[in-house]
Amino acid sequence: MPGRLKRDVAVVGVGMTRFGELWDMSFDELFIEAGLEALEDAGLSGDEIEAIYVGNMSAGRFIDQEHVASLIADRSGMTPVPCTRVEAACASGGLAFRHAVLAVASGLFDVVIAGGVEKMTDVTTEEATSILATASDQEWEAFHGVTFPALYAMMARRHMHEYGTDREELALPPVKNHRNATKNPKAQFRFEITVEQVIESPPIADPLRLLDCSPVSDGAAAVVVCPLDMAKELTDTPVVVKASAQASDAIALHDRETLTGLPATVEASRKAYKAAGIGPEDVDVAEVHDCFSIAEIMAVEDLGFVEKGEAGEAYREGMFEIDGEVAVNPSGGLKAKGHPVGASGVAQVVEIVEQLRGEAGKRQVDGAEIGLTHNVGGSGGTVVVHVFERAD
Amino acid sequence: MSVPRFWRSIENRYRLVGTVCKNCGEKFFPPRVVCPNCRRSGEMEEYEFSGRGEVYSYSVVRVPPEGFEDKAPYVVGIVKLEEGPLVTGMIVDCEPSEVEIGMPVEATFRRVSEEGEDGVIYYSLEFRPVRR
Ligand SMILES: [Zn+2]
Repeated sequence: MPGRLKRDVAVVGVGMTRFGELWDMSFDELFIEAGLEALEDAGLSGDEIEAIYVGNMSAGRFIDQEHVASLIADRSGMTPVPCTRVEAACASGGLAFRHAVLAVASGLFDVVIAGGVEKMTDVTTEEATSILATASDQEWEAFHGVTFPALYAMMARRHMHEYGTDREELALPPVKNHRNATKNPKAQFRFEITVEQVIESPPIADPLRLLDCSPVSDGAAAVVVCPLDMAKELTDTPVVVKASAQASDAIALHDRETLTGLPATVEASRKAYKAAGIGPEDVDVAEVHDCFSIAEIMAVEDLGFVEKGEAGEAYREGMFEIDGEVAVNPSGGLKAKGHPVGASGVAQVVEIVEQLRGEAGKRQVDGAEIGLTHNVGGSGGTVVVHVFERAD
Repeated sequence: MSVPRFWRSIENRYRLVGTVCKNCGEKFFPPRVVCPNCRRSGEMEEYEFSGRGEVYSYSVVRVPPEGFEDKAPYVVGIVKLEEGPLVTGMIVDCEPSEVEIGMPVEATFRRVSEEGEDGVIYYSLEFRPVRR
């Protein structure tokens, strides 16, 4: 059936660095640490690996290095294994994972590593801001002085206008995510914040403030995927990829159907639910793309966890807490776990796998059986959604 | 942005020239080469927009990118042109507190940014409130 993987693929190993300003670690050291951890977790030596897919947004601008696929294969001691870099701005990691899954599902390879890495803190914050803005339309958005936060701010303004979402409700995802991150030893920000602190933090692009925005981070994440039959021999706790879906949309906000959501999220999740044979109500735990507070509000609506315009109220009722109806971003999300852009989509997979295995420690979602990842590139021009299930 | 990349779109930036698809009638700004409705059956020709419209959404940029340091805070918006398309631009000649969704605006020619003291100066149509 179109949209379905041709053979079942499972995740058998996960690894990630801590996220944050890791000035003592280089780009390749970050990737190697995550990759070795994933191999160790899978109980593999490295000899079994047949291909590597790596998500990376902008090594060319952040560290003046292109051709990072070769660099990574080389420094990881993995040559001549084919390594491919995948770029889709902040969705690079999720898309690299998707391509690893597709490669295994096709039968071309059995054991593949999907990783993501970004080294963002070697440049100044101003430079990082300009580099991130290249994910938007340089000619028709950035040209006019529109920053990346300003794009999400315009979505927030429109959401507030159409659905009455208020400033306090906007603050609720970051507050929740910081609380969750206190339980994640690898998170960048392991402290709580209050609604008042969010609302009174320095303005960035009205109505968004500093604590509405995810940080600039260094970090890497990696996972090992293989066919499900092989996975069952490798581990007692394989996590199967039930669906992999992707959708594109206009790169510029002004060319979209709506500003109050991401049509590509709606499209990709619709395809993913159909392929997995589930509905949004079946999801127990989700890692969604909260690059800004409004992004998480739109995500929970576009993914169908609540109706459009009803997220604010649902946050007030605690629907997305770790012990809520569907746990959203138990890892702390991009906001508090950190957002090394190319790594984020893979780190989401790491969290969901740990959750479904029951290995998420203090942030464990009780009885989690079905998980979802949602990774967005730019302001919504690329969206990648995966659905996972415990395979025992 | 490089000088050639800017130069190629001067007609569009200075006169708000977009495109219209003769097959389905949809108007586009910025211009498109391929109509997303009609794809290979579409036929594009130039179309000059009036520059009148209303604010569809907006933000006040407090932390500016390179080249906009001395303008901040400034207002950016998405304007719904009277011919239909949404377009992104600055909202000038008013206080940030005056801007609201639905406010009527018109295009106005502005200096947008410069690449350092000796660099290129970029001009474009932006938007200002319609004063009565
Ligand atoms: Zn057409």
